[in-house]
Amino acid sequence: MQDWRKNKLVFAIFMAPASFWLILFFTIPLAIVWVYSFGGRGPEGQTLIGFSFDNDRRALEWIHLGIIWKSVVIATITTTACLVLGFPLALAIAFAPPRLKNVLLLLVILPFWTNLLIRTYSWIAVLREKGFLNFGLEWFWNQADLVLTFVGLPDLLGDFQPLRLLYNLPAVVIALIHVHLPFMVLPLYATLEKLDKSYLEASLDLGASQWRTLFSVTVPLAMPGIASGVLLTFILSLGSFLAPDLLGGTEGLMIGNLIAHQFGPSRDWAFGSALSFLIMYTTFAVLWIRSVVAQRSEGGVGI
Amino acid sequence: MKAGTLTRGGRAIGVTPRVNLRRRVLPLDYARRRSLQALLVGIFAFLYFPIVALVAFSFNDSKRNVTWQGFTFDYYIKAFNNSSLHEAFINSMIIAGTATLVSTVLGAMLGLGLYRFRFPARGLVDGWISLPIVIPEVCMGVAMLAFFAAVNIPLGLFTITVSHIAFIAPFVAVVIRARMAGFDESLEEASRDLGADQWQTFWNVTFPFMIPGLVAGALLAFTLSLDDFVITFFTSGPGSTTFPIKIYSMVRFSVTPEVNAASTVLIVLTLTLTVIAMIIQGRSGKQMVEK
Repeated sequence: MQDWRKNKLVFAIFMAPASFWLILFFTIPLAIVWVYSFGGRGPEGQTLIGFSFDNDRRALEWIHLGIIWKSVVIATITTTACLVLGFPLALAIAFAPPRLKNVLLLLVILPFWTNLLIRTYSWIAVLREKGFLNFGLEWFWNQADLVLTFVGLPDLLGDFQPLRLLYNLPAVVIALIHVHLPFMVLPLYATLEKLDKSYLEASLDLGASQWRTLFSVTVPLAMPGIASGVLLTFILSLGSFLAPDLLGGTEGLMIGNLIAHQFGPSRDWAFGSALSFLIMYTTFAVLWIRSVVAQRSEGGVGI
Repeated sequence: MKAGTLTRGGRAIGVTPRVNLRRRVLPLDYARRRSLQALLVGIFAFLYFPIVALVAFSFNDSKRNVTWQGFTFDYYIKAFNNSSLHEAFINSMIIAGTATLVSTVLGAMLGLGLYRFRFPARGLVDGWISLPIVIPEVCMGVAMLAFFAAVNIPLGLFTITVSHIAFIAPFVAVVIRARMAGFDESLEEASRDLGADQWQTFWNVTFPFMIPGLVAGALLAFTLSLDDFVITFFTSGPGSTTFPIKIYSMVRFSVTPEVNAASTVLIVLTLTLTVIAMIIQGRSGKQMVEK
């Protein structure tokens, strides 16, 4: 690595164009939204520049607080489900024979490379009233009905009523788990892979059960990966826009949709900006925690 | 237990002559446990069923049905002849092409600069350029919308392209830096010692080494731009519908085999490009190891 003062011209040539672009088309836009977040809404929907925390206070109003609270709940459920599903998956991949390992990893990463919009809307065909899931359930229902008729209990079940699976909160959670599972599995896998397996063997040799070993040895050793995966999944699902928009109906709205609504039909950009920065502050806080956790785990090498 | 006995997982191996004919599942062989295998199959079914069903039913000879009615290409022909879908696809190609060109150049220079130079507040700059990658897309989308409104630029292909470049260039920088991490700096020193000047050294030594990273970065940039929905959603105007935006508006109306056909085209396109990028990166990685 070279000191920049030794080669100022080359340094400027390399750094200037992208920096200029990112200042003009990223930093300034964010700064504008940040300034707006303290402003207010004019009578014709224009944004008035000012300085007040009214927008943040409005975010605490009952109706908005409800959506914010729901977003946090959805993100928490999603993160927990991803951890519960992702940990055994990451464990199996980390301890698989090398050939199988690569195939499994590819299978986890592959959905990453398919369009987010398509992955999200693919759930509509599964969950809708005449979708795959209801179709499967109906089939089982009819089989059960047939068996019951056979043993002399006709009409016990009645006709199959398709379940309302779409346009509600569970639909959003399902799609979010589907989208964010790889973000959980990959950091988990990265730590489990590097983990010194002799600790696990020692624990098993000394008579601990598999479960005891899992919770007393594997999980504590994998903590940096768990923290990283949990924080990443939480922050990504908290800022979701597409899944609640397409699958949530009125019940499954999240902060992202509230922001979009302020910049769209409601034309209250100041309030939308305040909400937007609410997520941004949360993101910064989470990233900061993540870097602290990462530093601490680096500092404490070998447990 | 006798001294020198091998033990594994609390059970003695080698003392008892009992031989299990079936391959024995070692305690740490998690991938070979039946319960875990069942869970894995379940998770992968969950991950893949919706997409596989979507692709399969784009060939189904029925408008709105979850049972298989026969194979057909009709919906692909229909999607191909849909003029607004066609137009959206061309828009997407124009945007992705331009965004790839600019963001690859900007990102490569940025990645190279960050790899090469030590300068004050380097960590801060590092964090700053990774911001477009980490902040929620909705936040970036509305920020771009507010910016273009504030400076009175009407929304259209231009605003979409500009926003894409802003969030894609940092990705390219990451790819280039990863590539340069394997660079042997003594090659540059040798070139300088042999009398080449800075620019000759760059073009004849450093740049050729960068090429696989550049190609991989460009392919990544293209797929990111082609796939983006949220940021495009906020920065597109009435006449600048992109392919994902068009799919979105069709989905809002109704999920038909025609939308599934259009989606399948997009999936195949991005998967192909990504796989090529991965192969290029993987091969250059191998070369590095062999050296």
